[in-house]
Amino acid sequence: MKPSGRRLRSLLLVVGLSMFALTGCNSAKYMPVLSPQGPVARSEYYLIIWSFVLMLVVVLGVFVIYFYMLVKYRARPENKDYVPPEIEGNSRWETIWTVIPVIIVIALAIPTVAVTYKLVKPPKADAATGSTATAGASSNPIVIDVISERWKWVFKYPAQGIETVNYVNIPAGQPVDFELTSDGPMNTFWVPALGGMEFNMPGKDLKLWLEADHAGTYQGRSGQYSGRGFAAMTFDVNAQSPAAFSKWVQTIKQTKPPLTKQADKQLSTPGNVGKMAFSTAEPQ
Amino acid sequence: MSDAHTAVHGGHHPVDPSVPVEYHHEENSLRIAGFWVFLGSDLVLFSCLFATYVVMHGRTAGGPTSNQLFDVTGFTIETIALLFSSFTCGLATYEMRRGNRNAMVMWLLVTIALGLVFLGFEITEFVQDASSGARMQTSGFLSAFFTLVGTHGCHVSMGILWMSGVVVQLIRRGITPITARKAFIVSIYWHFLDAVWIFIFTVVYLTGKVL
Amino acid sequence: MGNFREWAMHFFMLDEGPLIWTSDVLIILATIGIIAVLSYFKLWKWLWDNWLTTVDHKKIGIMYLIAAILMLFRGGTDGLLLRAQLAWPNMHFLNADHYDQIFTTHGTIMILFMAMPAIIGFFNVAVPLQIGCRDVAFPYLNAISFWLFFAAAMLFNLSFVVGGSPDGGWTSYTPYVENAFDPGPGENYFLVALQITGIGTIATGVNFLVTILRMRAPGMTLMRMPMFTWSVFITSIIIVFAFPVLTVALALLLIDRDFGSHFFTVSAGGMPMQYVNLFWIWGHPEVYIVILPAFGIFSEVFSTFSRKRLFGYSAMVVSMVAIAILSFVVWVHHFFTMGAGPGVNSFFGVSTMAIAIPTGVKVFNWLFTMHKGRLEYTSAMLWAVGFIPNFLIGGLTGVMLAVPPADYQYHNSYFLVSHFHYVLIGGTVFGVFAALYYWWPKMFGVLLNERLGKWHFWLFMIGFNICFFPMYFLGFMGMTRRVYTYPAGYGWGVINLIETFGAVLMGIGFLVFAFNILWSARYGERDTTGDPWDARTLEWATTSPAPTYNFARIPEIKGRDAWWIMKKNGESINGPKDIPFEPIHMPNDSGRPIIMSLFFFIAGAGFVFEWWILAIIGLAGVLVTMALRSFEYDDHHYIPVEEIEKTEAAAGRL
Repeated sequence: MKPSGRRLRSLLLVVGLSMFALTGCNSAKYMPVLSPQGPVARSEYYLIIWSFVLMLVVVLGVFVIYFYMLVKYRARPENKDYVPPEIEGNSRWETIWTVIPVIIVIALAIPTVAVTYKLVKPPKADAATGSTATAGASSNPIVIDVISERWKWVFKYPAQGIETVNYVNIPAGQPVDFELTSDGPMNTFWVPALGGMEFNMPGKDLKLWLEADHAGTYQGRSGQYSGRGFAAMTFDVNAQSPAAFSKWVQTIKQTKPPLTKQADKQLSTPGNVGKMAFSTAEPQ
Repeated sequence: MSDAHTAVHGGHHPVDPSVPVEYHHEENSLRIAGFWVFLGSDLVLFSCLFATYVVMHGRTAGGPTSNQLFDVTGFTIETIALLFSSFTCGLATYEMRRGNRNAMVMWLLVTIALGLVFLGFEITEFVQDASSGARMQTSGFLSAFFTLVGTHGCHVSMGILWMSGVVVQLIRRGITPITARKAFIVSIYWHFLDAVWIFIFTVVYLTGKVL
Repeated sequence: MGNFREWAMHFFMLDEGPLIWTSDVLIILATIGIIAVLSYFKLWKWLWDNWLTTVDHKKIGIMYLIAAILMLFRGGTDGLLLRAQLAWPNMHFLNADHYDQIFTTHGTIMILFMAMPAIIGFFNVAVPLQIGCRDVAFPYLNAISFWLFFAAAMLFNLSFVVGGSPDGGWTSYTPYVENAFDPGPGENYFLVALQITGIGTIATGVNFLVTILRMRAPGMTLMRMPMFTWSVFITSIIIVFAFPVLTVALALLLIDRDFGSHFFTVSAGGMPMQYVNLFWIWGHPEVYIVILPAFGIFSEVFSTFSRKRLFGYSAMVVSMVAIAILSFVVWVHHFFTMGAGPGVNSFFGVSTMAIAIPTGVKVFNWLFTMHKGRLEYTSAMLWAVGFIPNFLIGGLTGVMLAVPPADYQYHNSYFLVSHFHYVLIGGTVFGVFAALYYWWPKMFGVLLNERLGKWHFWLFMIGFNICFFPMYFLGFMGMTRRVYTYPAGYGWGVINLIETFGAVLMGIGFLVFAFNILWSARYGERDTTGDPWDARTLEWATTSPAPTYNFARIPEIKGRDAWWIMKKNGESINGPKDIPFEPIHMPNDSGRPIIMSLFFFIAGAGFVFEWWILAIIGLAGVLVTMALRSFEYDDHHYIPVEEIEKTEAAAGRL
């Protein structure tokens, strides 16, 4: 989306809201993809709505022609003797319906490429949202390593030196650099309210930028089937004000046990566990 | 097209002397065309194995690298044997078109012998590698190496069995349109394996000695 | 003894509970039933002589279709089990292991053992008749293709009750399916069965490519071919170039599992992503392999029941060629989320969107085929008419999925699940049903009942949309595919319940279809004309069902819609009456293809269970049957003129 397209943007929001109305679920709680809570999810959401609008135009156009043909030219007793003409084709019409899809594809491709490139860079806080919870947030990204185990999520904070399992706290209003990898089968790391997913693959580190506008708890899960315990591979993302986040880090460091080698080994054995936290990130 | 059709299921057709013997029935021409299409698909198969080998080449996981593993004398002899067999196979086709059954059979037997020489060296190479600890289970690189080269080796073995069967039929029946077609198809297959080997020689062995 | 007992309990899965026991009982009863009926009515010889050893493309086509319908039943039952489990939060109708196996077999069977044989069945039923020839280029090879598919399907289905089904999903992503995470024979079944049927499919591709290139009747230029034949031609090219990639992907993974190599493992330099690449380099063309012939079927049906020639024939051909080419350069869109970088993702996103252009051209050409026509809503036409909105929704959501940043949100969610069911059911399954109603009289000489056909259509159409449309919203609600259960509180429960209801409607629709087959066999209207729809292409010029030799004399083709032109000119398919018939050269039947496929089955079982003696016996058997074929010279016969005259006289064509 171009920044000048504010009118377009509000149009898109209207369409988006009507999509909610269609389902009867107008609560952000139920439709995280359509109620983005951060800049990454928001750019994806605008693209979803824009592509939806374009496709809706096509659907409506085709449906009109379709029902017209079905009704107008149906066989009836009255037209029993009608002999349809043998029409070879019509190059003018055929050109028209080749060119229109080309235009639609171009209209979709340009913002697609722009956003695809944009999403590999850290998100910039979006002025349009007028977020207040982000006051005092640093624009320096925080790095969190995400390791998918069978079947749990391990989060390591290299700078803070702590580790959590099946939940992750992040400062709101600050870009988060999730470094994704796996200690076993592939999974995908997905927090629909904050942005789309990315794979956790063994032997690879993939970067996923996310950011939350406000403090709040967002559901996350794995999107890639990885075996028996996969369905329960969910986690919570708790976005906190930067001050609360720092305090939380301190609390973890002071109150939680260090990550022992035994605990670390436990994590890589197949099975589901509840939420856990450790005051160190490397096993000792 | 119409000829193709009626000849396949109609039968009676005058023989066009300007066409080589292996094309003397339209059904033969169909089978040769079909075999070319099959080779196209076999080529895709080898391309995938090559692509996999190339991405796996550096993934030696502490095992031997290609440079340490490959033995120049061995693969040079293999290459010469196979290239030369392609030449003798071509001579067999030449004799077939001259209607010279005995010379044709002789050249096919030479081709088979050279194929066996190739296989012998390849098997020796594989056995030596394996006994020195370089097995398919050692690393991604070796998995890809043994699979690519081994698939080619399996093709050559099939070719030898197949060509032997054709030789038996030639001896029993002489050069007829049908035996000529069989010999022609197995020779296309043989040349194809030769072409694949040239790629193995450059992509696997030569490159592997340098990188 | 105790050890053996334990092993057998596990091997035959008797410790797995009532689902397996019931299946065991049903399989045993069905087998006993089939054997009893065949023996009681003394049908064994008839079965062997007429069906098991046949190389006739028409019979092979019918066998493919019977198998496909059976597999549709199996895959559909899997689907209903999945829907039952998902109907409500926290269900424990199936446990995680069973659910994982069932979604894997559901997908695999539907794509490889239902959609593929169904479309290949129609290749066989229609193409030689449409191009005016007497069989495919390689009839013996054609029989091998079928029996390889059949052996593979049997092997794959056996996994349900012997040793356990695969549970890695039909995409079977590494490294999950490596021995380290997924031991046991299940995944081997997947790899071996697909390998065997894949070999058969490559042979089919070669066969039909050569048939269409080289065996068209005189006067039938490429641009006079019926659109279905065009679609088969292009599909065959895709098969020849795409299926070997699957062969390699499966073979490498099987080598990993059976022999401990490291192609796709996480240790010793393995590269799991290489499998994903290979799989989708085949996988994306594969979806066009199953959809393009459906496009061809719809083209025939629209034109026949609009009583008009197909609108924009050349554009239809060009767009199919464009789709075929594009199908090879879009595979990365299946894993935009694997971090390929913005350049790669942008390229594959835009190339994927570009497929919408030729597809859009086709949709408009179908709509304008109906323009100024006289549309008769027969059952076949209903499936074609129903296809357009469904496929439109499926295709356009495909364009939405092609936007990489949006795909990050849709990937592996129910939005995706809905999308591919819309294109595969709305496209391929609707196409298969359209073709079944359209060509049924040509195959069996009996029309399917139209009234039951309409019930079938409406139940299926409505059920399908109830089942799959709400899934788009489940995707936005964050539900991912392949979860075996979900907690309450996400708002997913009611939607899932509605979907399960839709799935049941589809199941009822299928039962109506099955009943239609039985009813029509007994009471259905006989097709005595050979041309019940007043259709346009050559297959309708001959008797229903066509005689063994298809055409007593090969027709001369004067234009597109060859039979329509002949009808308008009052010409007979046999040409002028005064030319005498000639004896017709036909290939001999052979029992070797089915025996060879049995050896493939044995070898396959060997690779599944890593019983090497069995594998060696099987492979040796395959080699021996191949060698026997090479030494076979007496492989054809002639149909004498008297017999042709007798058949033609009976058909009223003399």
